[in-house]
Amino acid sequence: MSLQFVVDGLLTGSMIGLGAIGVTLTYSILRFSNFAHGDFMAWGTYATLAVVSAIGAMFGKVAPIGPLSFGWPLLVALVVGMAFTALLALLLDRVLFSRLRSQGQAIIVVMASFGASMALRSLLEFAFSSRPTYFSRAIQIAMPVGFGIRITPDQIALLLLTAVLVLGVHLLMTRTQTGRSMQALSQNAALARIVGIDVASVVRVTWIIGGALACVAGVMIGILVQIRPFMGFDMLLPMFAAAILGGIGSIPGAVLGGLIIGLAEAGAVQLIGAEWRAAISFIILMAVLSVRPIGLFGVRER
Amino acid sequence: MDLLGYGAFFLTTALIFSLVTLGLNLQWGLTGLFNVGLAGFVAIGAYTSALLTTPDDAVRFGGFGLPMLVGWAGAMVVGGIAAALTGMATLRLRSDYLAITTFGVAVVVQLVALNAQKLTGGPFGIGFIPRPFGSLAETPLLFNLSNLAVVSAVTLIAYLALEHLSRSPWGRVLKALREDERAAISLGKSARFYRVQAFAVGGAIMALAGALQAHFTGFIAPDNYLPILTFQVWVMLIVGGSGSNAGAIAGSILVWAIWAGSGTLTSVLFAPEQQARAASLQIVAIGVMLCLILLIRPTGLFGDRPRRPEPGKQAKPAAGESGS
Repeated sequence: MSLQFVVDGLLTGSMIGLGAIGVTLTYSILRFSNFAHGDFMAWGTYATLAVVSAIGAMFGKVAPIGPLSFGWPLLVALVVGMAFTALLALLLDRVLFSRLRSQGQAIIVVMASFGASMALRSLLEFAFSSRPTYFSRAIQIAMPVGFGIRITPDQIALLLLTAVLVLGVHLLMTRTQTGRSMQALSQNAALARIVGIDVASVVRVTWIIGGALACVAGVMIGILVQIRPFMGFDMLLPMFAAAILGGIGSIPGAVLGGLIIGLAEAGAVQLIGAEWRAAISFIILMAVLSVRPIGLFGVRER
Repeated sequence: MDLLGYGAFFLTTALIFSLVTLGLNLQWGLTGLFNVGLAGFVAIGAYTSALLTTPDDAVRFGGFGLPMLVGWAGAMVVGGIAAALTGMATLRLRSDYLAITTFGVAVVVQLVALNAQKLTGGPFGIGFIPRPFGSLAETPLLFNLSNLAVVSAVTLIAYLALEHLSRSPWGRVLKALREDERAAISLGKSARFYRVQAFAVGGAIMALAGALQAHFTGFIAPDNYLPILTFQVWVMLIVGGSGSNAGAIAGSILVWAIWAGSGTLTSVLFAPEQQARAASLQIVAIGVMLCLILLIRPTGLFGDRPRRPEPGKQAKPAAGESGS
């Protein structure tokens, strides 16, 4: 068995982990599992793609940065896409989730997110058709780095980006007042409100972080794999499994869970074949639920 | 004559859907269990019955050539067991975990249907499934009408049985658990045990519906059991009004009429090369409809009683409640 699966697994794991951060935050702070989170990914990716093509139309062909397959337009577009996805999440919360939340039945919100997910995805299919597209058709030469492992410059860059983002979110959660408010709200909503935490602003920050990271994860898939309307929906089960494996509410847990699932998937692709890949997250999910339902870093619910 | 034949065909499909919706109503409407993977249970039923009843096939497992009723019974047993296992694994945990797990079940069933060629025939599915009154297939009208009669009879039996169940002591325990879990438990009812039972019976009904559908069309493939099926049935139940069996049937027929009608409409309005895109717009419309009903009229069109706002549920309020 070649060690290549380590690189593949870390990359898949980064995509899953970045998405799982949003899932775990929504789950712990807003207390529902958001089935539309995968579609935030897809929407963010298509928004980024649209901005890239718009920049391409304005400035002509832009040379890529160093050995990477993309140039500055993609970086600019990514920032715009992140903002767009955050706004989309906020909008969906305003028109749908917040109203249902105020009725007090958590599971109705889950169902609404399922409906919203279907509508969002089909809207993408309508606008862009279900044919896959790509950010770039350039083929990168993978460099050997020893132990039979090969890696492309894009992959290195994206792994670094993931590390920076995860560290950033972790610092935000642990070192800033906003982050502490988010933690307080997830641990004890009633008490958090009594000490005067601005719930509405915490909810906004939750959606902004979740949406922005979903967009980054989607763009990573777009660069390394392909862009399709179903790209986010197919990530849903791995993201949920990662969030639960890591322990609901824990950011390091979500990322670690994502990496574990990514590595397991990549290993399984080598051992039993790519077609069974999607079953891995389900097996891990069932194992976690039966052995340790609170996950690796989870806390028992009060 | 054609119109009558089409009407029979339409009603048969709608009634098969309403059978799935009845199963979901037992799980969600009566017991409050959230199943977003029901397409998986429908598929399990369809494939089980197909394997049991088709003639022997050299390239895949089985084809046992058993009578159709054995196939249906087998579908219910396997579907019920699958649902019971799912329930046992997750029902002691938070309700969201059941939702995520059922979602995973549907994904895995879809994978098995696509990839386990020896068992399921892979992407090409299973054909030559015996059809009730297959000898009448030369006269489509008679064939459609007799199938409609079979499906109506099964739906009616399921409806009456479920009505009876929901009024029985068993059904009252389920309702009690849904409305006030703590009170029901304090009366000595094991919440998990009853819920697993309800989930299993619901799964068995869905599997039966899958089997009926398989025998009605004579051919099944993995594409029949995509998440869109789950979504359609949920809309049917919510439109009809969850908790009411009659509402479940009425909602199914109504939503299927809207679905089939808008499908015909798009095929008339759009050029052939635009049809796939137009079909996605159809899903958007239904998705928006689901959200609107949840927002405006959560009891559905035929829902009999509004769910009272429960003070007990305030124990774990969502964070945004007072904030937004």
